[in-house]
Amino acid sequence: MTQKTVAGVNLEVTDDGYLVDSSQWTEKIAKEIAKEENIELNDKHFEVIKFIRENADSGLTIRKVGKSGVVDIKGFYDLFPGGPLKMSTKIAGIQKPSSCV
Amino acid sequence: MKKILILGAGTGGTIMANKLRKALDREEWDITIVDKHKTHYYQPGFLFIPFGIYNKQDVIKPKADFIPAGVNIIYSDIDKIVPDNNKVLLEGGKALNYDFLIVATGTRVDPAETPGLKDELWQKEIFDFYTVEGAVALREFFETWQGGRLVMNIAELPFKCPVAPLEFVFLADEYFTKAGIRDKVDITYVTPLPGAFTKPKSTKMLGELLNEKNITVIPDFYLERVDNKEKKIKSYDGQEVPFDVLAIVPVNKGDDMIERSGMGDDLNFIPTDKHTLRSEKYENIFVLGDASNIPTSKAGSVVHFAADVLFDNIQCAIKGRELRAKFDGHANCYIETGFGKGSLIDFNYETEPLPGTYPLPGIGPFGLLQNTKMNHYGKVIFRWIYWHILLKGKELPIENEMTMAGKKR
Ligand SMILES: Cc1cc2nc3c(=O)[nH]c(=O)nc-3n(C[C@H](O)[C@H](O)[C@H](O)COP(=O)(O)OP(=O)(O)OC[C@H]3O[C@@H](n4cnc5c(N)ncnc54)[C@H](O)[C@@H]3O)c2cc1C
Repeated sequence: MTQKTVAGVNLEVTDDGYLVDSSQWTEKIAKEIAKEENIELNDKHFEVIKFIRENADSGLTIRKVGKSGVVDIKGFYDLFPGGPLKMSTKIAGIQKPSSCV
Repeated sequence: MKKILILGAGTGGTIMANKLRKALDREEWDITIVDKHKTHYYQPGFLFIPFGIYNKQDVIKPKADFIPAGVNIIYSDIDKIVPDNNKVLLEGGKALNYDFLIVATGTRVDPAETPGLKDELWQKEIFDFYTVEGAVALREFFETWQGGRLVMNIAELPFKCPVAPLEFVFLADEYFTKAGIRDKVDITYVTPLPGAFTKPKSTKMLGELLNEKNITVIPDFYLERVDNKEKKIKSYDGQEVPFDVLAIVPVNKGDDMIERSGMGDDLNFIPTDKHTLRSEKYENIFVLGDASNIPTSKAGSVVHFAADVLFDNIQCAIKGRELRAKFDGHANCYIETGFGKGSLIDFNYETEPLPGTYPLPGIGPFGLLQNTKMNHYGKVIFRWIYWHILLKGKELPIENEMTMAGKKR
């Protein structure tokens, strides 16, 4: 765990940069974390982030987001290139999803 | 008469039928188990079929041999569960009522979920070894193959026996070395995980082993479709991997029956309390094994440990008491690494696989995250243990709760 100041707020984050307390999250914080990942957030991003925050406790997967009706899997990759689930959850201020196999 | 109904006579259902029949009064409790197949498959044995180590006869036995006297067995397709009426409908409309229901219908592979997978090359140059048919077809292909690009891909998470595809490439390395054509076979392991496995220590150990054996790993590859013309697998973010033969773990899903019952998540797995193993929604429904969504491996060893917990909790439930036993997610998986050696991982919800030794009174110790001959024997004797001890619900000298004894952080 480390302390980090994002958008003027002092936050506790995990070693790989995920918010420890998801209730501290604001859209401003999201924009700044996204910037570090070289993503400029638009309305579509925020629609997806809203879905992700609302379903944070349900075992999120890329497939689930793809079936959300908000975005399809390809679109999800376009919005958050590389690792869409890892990146979007970080920006949405929720826990890193653990891929359990 | 009160009724316990078990759906699925695979690993979990069979264990529960044996345990419960022994414990419950026959005058008081009727136990019925339903499965669509008369044959019990030893699924861990499928892995060895493509390499000619086992054949089909080694992995099948009649289900009836393992169901104890005093348990009714019905061979029928299950149409759906009607949880609000405590009722299960079979194909053809027959209804079964229950006081308590145990769902143990497992998971199956669904190649139709991936565009292009079940197409012209299916079972010709594209194979799964999660079904006995696929494993046998792959064996025939390998027997005369001249070499080329062998790609092992996992289509989606979660999938049962998460170490099986790793074992597959290790055994392929041995098989083609012994066939004298390893220099003509390029083996690539393509996974949606960020590395060879999930957790840091085991990923490192297994990653190094793959490297040593000259097996390439392509991580973070999420399969979109298979191109039969170009013979390539393609990911959602535009990566492409060419193959001459593709071994694949198709998307794993719970049975469609769960979907028809409206009880599953987006992959038909049933939301289940990970400690008590009770359905999150229904008081008198329990879920055992691969059919549940609990966050641990879908593996026979997990089913075995979980069965102890479920047994205790059913006893509590039928007496109207609070559920007392808590499952810790314990998994214990032998990993065949080729050339007569094996590795072993032992972990639970909280503790990642760690190196060290695994005590097993009378047989062990086995080496955890080590590559040893002893671990290979562990896997070999597992088949005997499975048929003779595990399915019959007899005690093994292993606690269902994971122990830290022998493990090193
Ligand atoms: C290649 C491979 C290798 C493996 N290796 C290992 C290993 O080394 N170690 C290990 O611990 N585990 C291993 N496993 C995993 C292990 O076999 C499973 O996790 C275990 O069998 C799951 O038990 P279960 O009772 O949940 O489901 P299953 O044993 O799969 O049983 C489910 C049963 O439900 C029945 N059923 C489903 N739907 C219906 C329906 N609608 N109507 C009627 N019947 C239905 C099916 O016919 C089946 O008999 C391996 C699996 C595979 C495929």
